Amino acid sequence: MTLFWILACVTIPAALTVILHRNPVYSALALVFTLFQVAIMFVALDAHLIAFLQIIIYAGAIVVLILFAIMLLSLEPEEPGDGRSSLRAAGWGAAALLGLELVAIAAVFPDTPAAEKPLPEGYGSVAKIAERLFTTHLLPFELTSVLLLVAVVGAVVMARRRTGP
Amino acid sequence: MLNPYVALLMSFALCALVATIMVCASWILGPKHPTKTKLEIFETGNPPLGSLRGMRFPVKFYLTAILFIVFDIEVVFMYPWAVIFRQLGWAGLAEMAVFVAVLTVGLAYVWRVGALEWE
Amino acid sequence: MEVLISLAKVIFAFVIVLQLTLVLLWVERKGSALIQDRVGANRANLFGGLLPFNLGIVNTWMADPLKLFHKEDIVPADADRFLHWLAPWIAIFPLFVTFTVIPFGDVLIAGGYTINLQGADLNLGILYVLAMLSMAVYGVIVGGWASNSRYAFLGGVRGSAQMVSYEIAMGLSLVSVVLTFGTLDFQEIARAQGDLLFGVFPAWGFFYQPLALLIFFIAGMAESKRAPFDLPEAESELVAGFYTEYSGSKQSVFMMADFVEVAIVAGLVTTLFFGGWQVPWLYRDGFHFPGGFHVFVPSLLVTVLQVLSFLVKLFLFCWLQILIRWSLPRLRYDQLMDLGWKRLLPLSLANVAITAVFVLLFDGKTVW
Repeated sequence: MTLFWILACVTIPAALTVILHRNPVYSALALVFTLFQVAIMFVALDAHLIAFLQIIIYAGAIVVLILFAIMLLSLEPEEPGDGRSSLRAAGWGAAALLGLELVAIAAVFPDTPAAEKPLPEGYGSVAKIAERLFTTHLLPFELTSVLLLVAVVGAVVMARRRTGP
Repeated sequence: MLNPYVALLMSFALCALVATIMVCASWILGPKHPTKTKLEIFETGNPPLGSLRGMRFPVKFYLTAILFIVFDIEVVFMYPWAVIFRQLGWAGLAEMAVFVAVLTVGLAYVWRVGALEWE
Repeated sequence: MEVLISLAKVIFAFVIVLQLTLVLLWVERKGSALIQDRVGANRANLFGGLLPFNLGIVNTWMADPLKLFHKEDIVPADADRFLHWLAPWIAIFPLFVTFTVIPFGDVLIAGGYTINLQGADLNLGILYVLAMLSMAVYGVIVGGWASNSRYAFLGGVRGSAQMVSYEIAMGLSLVSVVLTFGTLDFQEIARAQGDLLFGVFPAWGFFYQPLALLIFFIAGMAESKRAPFDLPEAESELVAGFYTEYSGSKQSVFMMADFVEVAIVAGLVTTLFFGGWQVPWLYRDGFHFPGGFHVFVPSLLVTVLQVLSFLVKLFLFCWLQILIRWSLPRLRYDQLMDLGWKRLLPLSLANVAITAVFVLLFDGKTVW
């Protein structure tokens, strides 16, 4: 629990840096840091596999893409007051929705007794997760490949359109 | 048995400390005589062409990053599969074969349209 | 007490890396001199040159770091000061902590304790290594971007694209290793390699996974950004690539990161394909040679021999990488990307498929 509060004290400022910093490269790096902290939280929750996947996929791959995109579009540090107001409104709307959701979850599950209960044997272990993934949740797993295929094809099509024939 | 992640945390602290010392060593120990020429960017003796901000780079690199994410996710799915593969047996092989086959179609497409060609 | 033991192990693993990088720097200088028929570093010496021989090792062990740490720290006027500082830190930190999970011995039985000789015995070791190696790419991107220089930027972009491309092949080659051994734990993999094939040969990983070894070694060398894969820092094209605008200790940290990566690749190759700390036919109670011949060795000496065996193997694979570096010319960028995406990726996928079939047909362990 102590670990959680320490992590929270580091993670929240980092997360705020992501959205508030004017330089997009700083934001991306703060995002890496935030994701790393979240991975440590996963470790603290005994979800070791998820922690490493979090680092490999999110911190190690997706933010690389974000950084590439930032450099590709050569985004300048923002001036205060920049940005479209419609986007900004959408952002606030999404944030409000997320906040409502959190409140709703807190209302439905008033206390979180998860920490008191002993974890089932092998909880969060690779073998257990793999078992569930490749038996019960096989269909979503296979559909992931289709999703990834769409991503590849979409990226190629868009890249070709931009560069032209 | 001590939780191995505690050992990992110690390692993180130790390495972070040493890395910080090493990176800062010159700043602490070295001389500081900045001159205008010294602080200029090195462009093999030519006068620098000015700031880089605003320069773009080819879309190719972006495509590489997307491909990287897709195949990275594929690889990551393969690890839990590999761990319990003996338990899953032929069915496991078939499951992964379908998954990989779909992604191989993606690779073949990318290959075919020439997105893997660099000059 | 347990905390102290853990700390001692972590420090030991870290000292191996630090010392190894310094030794490698020297080996590289003298080794390249040997290959190119030169003398190499031979100036600084201890005891005022009274020694009859001079290997120049003092140069790289003491004079070099001291000199570099006392150089002026130059940050270009247009550069982003904080990111310029952060880049070398990100480049080296994940590599430093990677070595913590590589086992350097079996167990040390002393004073009522059975100590597992591994910095941190994670049961997801392979995933941890991949996670940390995937972080190292940021040092390159940020270093190139923060300098605000064309050469550095080009080097950074090239370097990051190269690193991510080869990460796939690297990950896939390790999947087939995991298939063979059925675990992600380095120590378990090292222990599994203590068995014998036909009752004679030590069952080291390269017997089962020769192709994976080849792919992993090539991809690992590409990750370490050294010749023939040194395009991000190609000195004849990009001055020094992403660290063109670095000086003093920051520059040496970037250099060091390359050497740490060499050490990590050597450590992983040793652990996954060459038995890690295993000495052929040596077990806890001594040598069991094929043919029923048995020589008793005290437990403590067994541990010492195993740690030495690990270090010797580690060093051999570092040397192999240096040898390759000084023997092969640099690839072109299109050749580099071709090799990564069109050769190694399909090849490693095929290797996974073949391994999977073999595991099902022969349980993988009895391939031969």
